[in-house]
Amino acid sequence: MSSTWFRRNKQGILTTTEEKKETPDGLWHKCPKCKATSTVKELHHNQFVCPKCSYHNRINSEEYFEILFDNNKFEFLFENIVPKDFLGFVDMKPYSDRLTDAQKSTGLTDAMRVGKGKLNGMGFVVACMDFKFIGGSMGSVVGEKICLAIDHCIEHRLPFMIISKSGGARMMESAFSLMQMAKTAARLTLLAKARLPYISLMTDPTTGGVTASYAMLGDINIAEPNALIGFAGPRIIKETIKKDLPVGFQQSEFLLEHGFLDFIVERKCLKMKLAQVLQWFMGSNN
Amino acid sequence: MLFLDFEKPLEDLYTQINKLKEMSVKNKIDVSTSIRELETAIENTRTQIYANLSPWQRVQLSRHPERPYTLYYIERIFTDFTEIFGDRQVKDDKAMVGGMAMLNNQPVMVLGQQKGTNTKTRQLRNFGMANPEGYRKALRLMKIAEKFNHPIITFIDTPGAFPGLEAEERGQAEAIARNLFEMVNLQVPVICIIIGEGASGGALGIGIGDKVAMLANTWYTVISPENCSTILWRSWDFKEKAASQLKLTSQDMINFALVDDVIPEPVGGAHTDPEKMAEILKSYLIDAINDLKQINPQIRIDNRIEKFSKMGFYDDVSIEQEVLKA
Ligand SMILES: [Zn+2]
Repeated sequence: MSSTWFRRNKQGILTTTEEKKETPDGLWHKCPKCKATSTVKELHHNQFVCPKCSYHNRINSEEYFEILFDNNKFEFLFENIVPKDFLGFVDMKPYSDRLTDAQKSTGLTDAMRVGKGKLNGMGFVVACMDFKFIGGSMGSVVGEKICLAIDHCIEHRLPFMIISKSGGARMMESAFSLMQMAKTAARLTLLAKARLPYISLMTDPTTGGVTASYAMLGDINIAEPNALIGFAGPRIIKETIKKDLPVGFQQSEFLLEHGFLDFIVERKCLKMKLAQVLQWFMGSNN
Repeated sequence: MLFLDFEKPLEDLYTQINKLKEMSVKNKIDVSTSIRELETAIENTRTQIYANLSPWQRVQLSRHPERPYTLYYIERIFTDFTEIFGDRQVKDDKAMVGGMAMLNNQPVMVLGQQKGTNTKTRQLRNFGMANPEGYRKALRLMKIAEKFNHPIITFIDTPGAFPGLEAEERGQAEAIARNLFEMVNLQVPVICIIIGEGASGGALGIGIGDKVAMLANTWYTVISPENCSTILWRSWDFKEKAASQLKLTSQDMINFALVDDVIPEPVGGAHTDPEKMAEILKSYLIDAINDLKQINPQIRIDNRIEKFSKMGFYDDVSIEQEVLKA
């Protein structure tokens, strides 16, 4: 599905600076780590990083796109792909209700949005997960959007990044969610063959099937500080080994030390760092 | 013989036969007619039970302690097996076994998760839960096969990748992710068979194949019914319900086109006649390899990518809008 067609039919999907809603004054935020208070506006200007202790608050695709794309100008791709409850899955609540509720409360259609814009003037496609949508769980929509984004990057010779923030696969899509691991890994082989860069940015938290597929398959795998990154969740590991887990276990810094991250990047340096590596990846040697 | 809870009627019949036999020895009376009748009853009861298995009962069967495991099939189906060990980095993972073998004069690499058969070996095999070393060992073996242009066969039987401290330290997620990526691009035919439990990324980590098949009484999905119950129902007690909701049986999976084939088991499950099971599996593997060898390697890879690309369900609202507009 071409994005141009989608643009024609759905006005207002192009987010511009003018349209951005300003954070209202007078709202206060207390840092969960150092308990320092700051206004939400202050926090927003500081990319939701605590000005006192550098604690990185969890943010969503909206904020990441704002941080990354020049003048907050970008277009959403593949918003036409929306979830459905194909299996009729019911636990304590039908999956279809969970989807509707999550869509209502978040204003999102699923746990990933794809943005295309410029980063320091360089064309760039970013697929970003939204944890607030059913725990950022990976289902068919997430998998399909990643695949379409990869195709788009190959077609237009653009670099690609996925920002992961997820509890793992979406159980309510059962084996279909499991197969998104295979599906996205398979498509990434095509991006690799096209010699286009894929940057995987892991943020708090990145676990389960997301870590065990596309999040670990970047040309570079990077992370925000102090993010929980792992395959199994800490609670399950604790139950399995019946011992307390060491301090810092499964944090970004732990992964870096064990050789599974290329580097850790603070949010305030993210755009600058990405600009550097994109230039390196895409630069010609003439 | 070990009976599962839903096999109670069968167990009763077997008990009756045994009692009759004892009686006939003790009292020197001919009970052959009664025994024949009971044997017919057993066959009928078994057929009846196995024609209507619930998803949870299939999960139970997939875990039957007498069910054949990877090394049994390797021994029965292949010849000239040379087991090879180690990931060349950390250690040898006993939960993942494999090696060079011949299948009907065709050199193949065969590997898979291995469960233990008694308390001691169950621990040694870590209940079929591989560490990163296991996945890296599997990939190493697959790369050898690729280099020498021989097909790869994987047997999947795991309750999941091991959720341990060292597993995380050594990159369990990276090891599985790497296998997915590399298996997509293998130049040789890859056949994956779910022979028992197919749980989550731990199963998929050796599960990217040109043909992925399930034995009839196995399951394959994103999470075990027990863990699904614990997370979604906040209690262990809804595992039967979770098993039904997950639609994890071989029949479900083939209907969804998430696997390519279902391989029938002897009535009563693979454990009631392991030799027969091995025979059926062997002929499936020989046919599959012969079919796949006819295909050009690049086309095989393209097909593999295409197959997994189709997996998923979603609505495309732009198509609907287009239809509405027209
Ligand atoms: Zn703070």
